[in-house]
Amino acid sequence: MTQAQDIIRAAARRDIRNRWWLSAPALVIIFLAAIGPLFVVVLYSVMVKGDYGDVKYWQFSGQGWFEVLFERDMFDNTVSFADAHLSILWRSVKLAAITTIVTLILGFPTAYFIATRPRHRRDLWLFLITIPFWTNLLIRTFAIQEVFRNEGLLNVALMRTGLIDQPIQIMFTDFAILLGMGYVYLPLMVLPLYASLEKFDFRLAEAAADLYANSSRVLRRIIVPMVMPGIVAGSILVFVPSLGAYVTPRLLGGGKNLMLGNLIELQFGQGRNWPLGSALSISLTAIVMLSLLVYVRAASKTEARHG
Amino acid sequence: MRPYLTAASGLALIASIGPAQAEGVLNIFNWGDYTNPDLITKFEETYDIKVTITDFDSNDTALAKARQGGNDFDIVVPTSTSMPIWIAEGLLLETRPDQMENFRNMDPRWVDVPFDPGRHYSVPWQWGTTGVTVNTEVYAGDPNTSAIFFDPPEELVGKINIVPEMNDVLYMAIRYLGGEACTTDMELLRKVRDKLVEARPKWVSMDYTNIDRFTADDYAAAMNWSGGSLRIRLVDPRFVYGYPKEGYPIWMDNVAVLKSAPNVENARLFQNFIMDPENAALISAYARYANGIMGSEAFMADDMKTAPEIVIPAEFADKGEFTEACAPEVTALYTKIWTDLLK
Repeated sequence: MTQAQDIIRAAARRDIRNRWWLSAPALVIIFLAAIGPLFVVVLYSVMVKGDYGDVKYWQFSGQGWFEVLFERDMFDNTVSFADAHLSILWRSVKLAAITTIVTLILGFPTAYFIATRPRHRRDLWLFLITIPFWTNLLIRTFAIQEVFRNEGLLNVALMRTGLIDQPIQIMFTDFAILLGMGYVYLPLMVLPLYASLEKFDFRLAEAAADLYANSSRVLRRIIVPMVMPGIVAGSILVFVPSLGAYVTPRLLGGGKNLMLGNLIELQFGQGRNWPLGSALSISLTAIVMLSLLVYVRAASKTEARHG
Repeated sequence: MRPYLTAASGLALIASIGPAQAEGVLNIFNWGDYTNPDLITKFEETYDIKVTITDFDSNDTALAKARQGGNDFDIVVPTSTSMPIWIAEGLLLETRPDQMENFRNMDPRWVDVPFDPGRHYSVPWQWGTTGVTVNTEVYAGDPNTSAIFFDPPEELVGKINIVPEMNDVLYMAIRYLGGEACTTDMELLRKVRDKLVEARPKWVSMDYTNIDRFTADDYAAAMNWSGGSLRIRLVDPRFVYGYPKEGYPIWMDNVAVLKSAPNVENARLFQNFIMDPENAALISAYARYANGIMGSEAFMADDMKTAPEIVIPAEFADKGEFTEACAPEVTALYTKIWTDLLK
């Protein structure tokens, strides 16, 4: 009896050891590729900035972190909140949030449409959704510019039809950035939404309708709660990369309004303030982590409620 | 482009190990869209050396990469403003171009330059100015003023692009308000910041541009580089180049050899090679800037010889100034103004 137990226990131990061994390569890669570089960035953020970029190694200072939130006024030397950084942060968060909402509003009906097609047709629709991924982001962004610029397709078409007589300035506005971001991130919203909607049993919606729920009630009380994991996953997939977006705001926004990504780039480039750039990067990562936590909390709560 | 280049350098490496197909390799690290392929072919054929080219997009990027090491670049092309940093940090090899055979061709004007006195490190690649590109159909007034950027006339409002080069923009604004380069006069800097903040809503964008954005009427005016402006005019004659009479920066990109260069002798050959007037003319034929080598004009196309973008008109010649890198604490001040401007 005890002997048998020993054998089982030894086997379990061996099993655990084997699992560790087998997952070791993955763990090493995660450490080297994700945590290691992050650690380097943390280290850079607490060192003294070099005169022409880089840092002075092993001389430590909290200046980088201080400058993330505070600034010393260059004219009267008083310390105040870093108004510039906060408004850039606010602009990025706002843009990421609006992008998420817009893609959700557009993505939900799209995913719903695909999920309600006959099974053999769905693959074709999904395939069509993934087509934009075939082309490089930069090229797609330049293509958007071709559509919306003053002599672009849209303005020329509107002027030909006589609806307008002066081109509408769309390029280099916040609206252009939103258009670009919405276009780029829409598939990332549609795919997880579809994955959830596909699993949804539409007989539940029929049952609700049979019990005199009108269609908006069915949507609010039945469908949305059931596909919440998809909504959360899609929102995360859109919100996180939008927050650090660099190329789209730069090309379509004309670079007049900095986003967080561009602010970080400035510190590593012309600003020559690597500690501040590192501290800003870590802050961005922290914001992303925090919002993920909030999302996951909210999602697990709704799931528990509707279990 | 990268994988192709890597493949090319890999092949070159194999070739250099095997029976001498090519004498060797030369790896050039230069600004993008700036190196004439014909020049490279000629160099390769003359010396039986395989050349690779890798692009960078700013002095600070190039500096960071060179400092980090782990590359096999031989040649780098820093701008005059950042040359002192490269030299002070000990990144460059003292190849003594002043003792090379073709050195006699270098225009004496470019020999005793503050960023490399006597030319112990570097050879001129190209030089130019930063000024105004403006569409004369939209704006008929005087193009030779930076008021076009800082107090734009009505017809240009909302149609101006400013190149996001912090140092150039601040230099022009400081000069426009009557200050000197790298000034730390706080009263003036406050005015500079206020002027920039006031002007920004009148600009349509702050971006690195391409010719297409001008010809497609995205922009009617821009802060631009002289050679870039010439390339635009050659496609679209509505555009002219203006030299701000309040003051404008002159800059020069320079060919230098890295201390870590694996192919020093080939790099030296290249430095000497581009001081030959005919070869220097090839450099200019591509990116459309002047090159600093005497006698190269003879080999240039006619549209270059008289181009006002290249030959600075006499009345504006003394308004330009060779800009130098500002001290770190001054850069810190300027970065604050810049961030304030872009927030």
